[in-house]
Amino acid sequence: MSPQMGTKTGTPKPFALTPVLTANWAQPRSWTLAAYESRGGYAGARQALAMSQDEVIALVKNSGLRGRGGAGFPTGMKWGFIPQGDAKPHYLVVNADESEPGTCKDVPLMLASPHTLLEGVIISAYAIRAHTAFVYIRGEVLHVVRRMQAAVEELYANGFLGPDVLGSGYALDVVVHAGAGAYICGEETALLDSLEGYRGQPRLRPPFPAVAGLYASPTVINNVESIASVPAIVSGGAAWFRTMGSEKSPGFTIYSLSGHVTTPGQYEAPLGVTLRDLLHLAGGVRGGHRLKFWTPGGSSTPLLTAEHLDAPLDYEGMVGAGSMLGTKALQIFDDTTCVVRAVLRWTQFYAHESCGKCTPCREGTFWMVQILERLEAGDADAKDVDVLLDTCDNIFGRSFCALGDGATSPVVSSIQFFRDEYVAHYTGGGCPFDPSAATLFAAEAGAAR
Amino acid sequence: MALTEQTRLALREILARYPKPRSALLPMLHYCQSEEGYVSPAAIGACAEELGLTKAEVGAVATFYTMYKRRPIGDYYVGVCTNTLCAVMGGDAILDALEEHLGIGNDETTPDGAVTLEHIECNAACDYAPVIMVNWEFFDNQTPGSARELVDRLRAGDPPLPTRGGRLCTWKEASRVLAGFYDGRADEGPSAGPASLIGLEMAAERGDRAPQMPRVASPGTGSVSMARDGAPR
Repeated sequence: MSPQMGTKTGTPKPFALTPVLTANWAQPRSWTLAAYESRGGYAGARQALAMSQDEVIALVKNSGLRGRGGAGFPTGMKWGFIPQGDAKPHYLVVNADESEPGTCKDVPLMLASPHTLLEGVIISAYAIRAHTAFVYIRGEVLHVVRRMQAAVEELYANGFLGPDVLGSGYALDVVVHAGAGAYICGEETALLDSLEGYRGQPRLRPPFPAVAGLYASPTVINNVESIASVPAIVSGGAAWFRTMGSEKSPGFTIYSLSGHVTTPGQYEAPLGVTLRDLLHLAGGVRGGHRLKFWTPGGSSTPLLTAEHLDAPLDYEGMVGAGSMLGTKALQIFDDTTCVVRAVLRWTQFYAHESCGKCTPCREGTFWMVQILERLEAGDADAKDVDVLLDTCDNIFGRSFCALGDGATSPVVSSIQFFRDEYVAHYTGGGCPFDPSAATLFAAEAGAAR
Repeated sequence: MALTEQTRLALREILARYPKPRSALLPMLHYCQSEEGYVSPAAIGACAEELGLTKAEVGAVATFYTMYKRRPIGDYYVGVCTNTLCAVMGGDAILDALEEHLGIGNDETTPDGAVTLEHIECNAACDYAPVIMVNWEFFDNQTPGSARELVDRLRAGDPPLPTRGGRLCTWKEASRVLAGFYDGRADEGPSAGPASLIGLEMAAERGDRAPQMPRVASPGTGSVSMARDGAPR
């Protein structure tokens, strides 16, 4: 398959990688202010601070930037919901609690180039008229926390943060806040509760955070990659940003390939490339095997198969294929993988991470684990698959947040595409797969025997 | 926890970072863990006292988050990712190998107090699967053999360098950083690992780049500069 192929929709155009966010990751000491500025860093912040706040919001709206944390909500529109001229303080909160299974883009971004994110924080906080911004980083990535702490210190020491940001008269404080281990805190309202010092449990909306967020004040919460995309949009302009991607899904983004692929890693490309394009670049599925199933954007996005290789990896394209773009975490599983085992493990994850607030999610994920364990062990029967689907019906759409919905995605989609494999588990007395064949060190393990 | 004057000062320093005191609770609990290695009932009392909360309120928070430990653990916390992708790629086999090699189960500590073993959820390093975290530093692309060697060196007091991160510190030292007390060690370790750079390297090989940004006039100076475009300069 040629990498020059176009997507199914729209005119075929050559596919080229477009490193913007990742462009400086190989630079020596890339995490320092000096290295970042040597490549033109903070020019976007200076430019934005010379504009009016409304102009910055309009620019981001016009760019069409959509949230990179999973939901794809237009970033500029989110900012536009913040009330103007109210007496309350406004807050910017960066969701750096990257923990959706398969997702691994924000952590390397903050490790290699914390200033890309922080320049975006300055511009975004200025635009929404916030004077305090929080970066809520999951706690389990120590060196990333260090790099962010050091970068913030450098900014204060050089007048990029504090009472007079870059001599503009605008005041901004940034607090780096480490979480403490809870997937649910990646959900924006649970994150707010956690940041307020509570258990991370989602809030009922409305009111939305733009009206009553952190400390019941107007708050914008954006993913790391969304905020980090803002400096380039300011520097290059909305029209430049729109030269990449499609009309409804413009711009560059980071695709994370992992699993049974020859060269896993981070690939920055325009929205709308296909998995076939990316797999071609990445050397294909590992030698001697074929693609069995994949996730477009983490485990909460319904599984897809080889029949979806040509669906555009953008917001509309993935919905069209029956899934969601999510975090663009492309987890690739080959024919050695047992889909029931994979789904059992994800379901155990959701059961473990359910915060317990809503009964359908708390109880439903618990019971799905019991059934999937029976299936994997060969103790299930024909009714169990239907009970699984029925349980998903009772979880989906019946909880405060999307965790429960996400928990149903792998179950429903795997039964849709691989019902025969579920059947084989209860007719054949258990799992027909050898888990050692799926490991990276299958050859090593075989030799040791 | 014996609430020394130094502890109180640290907890108040954390408090001062936030517009509302209760926001300091998570970092305060990380700080308590940096002193005692876990969150003790006394630490819960100390945080409650500083924030004007009940012990039940603080306990409810401390027990919600998995990074807070309720009993002392080893100097090195070894977390093996067994979420689906890492598990399939070998995480399950690695966890089995370590349990057998160390003679301990999940959430247990070796008798010498060096290593606590636990299986963990996805740690955002899937392109380096299977992954082990030691005191929340990355050890990428592990095998059962490399994992055994890793814990042997931890127990021998000769900790290897993480794949992407700083020299290993102890669990308590790591907790102090997470409490917001920067330890000055950001300059250790690489910018990125090989998988993080693979797309960038392929772009260079293929001559791929983002479209050129339009030339813009720098505000105030009248000079024309090239905005950043991802090209080396």
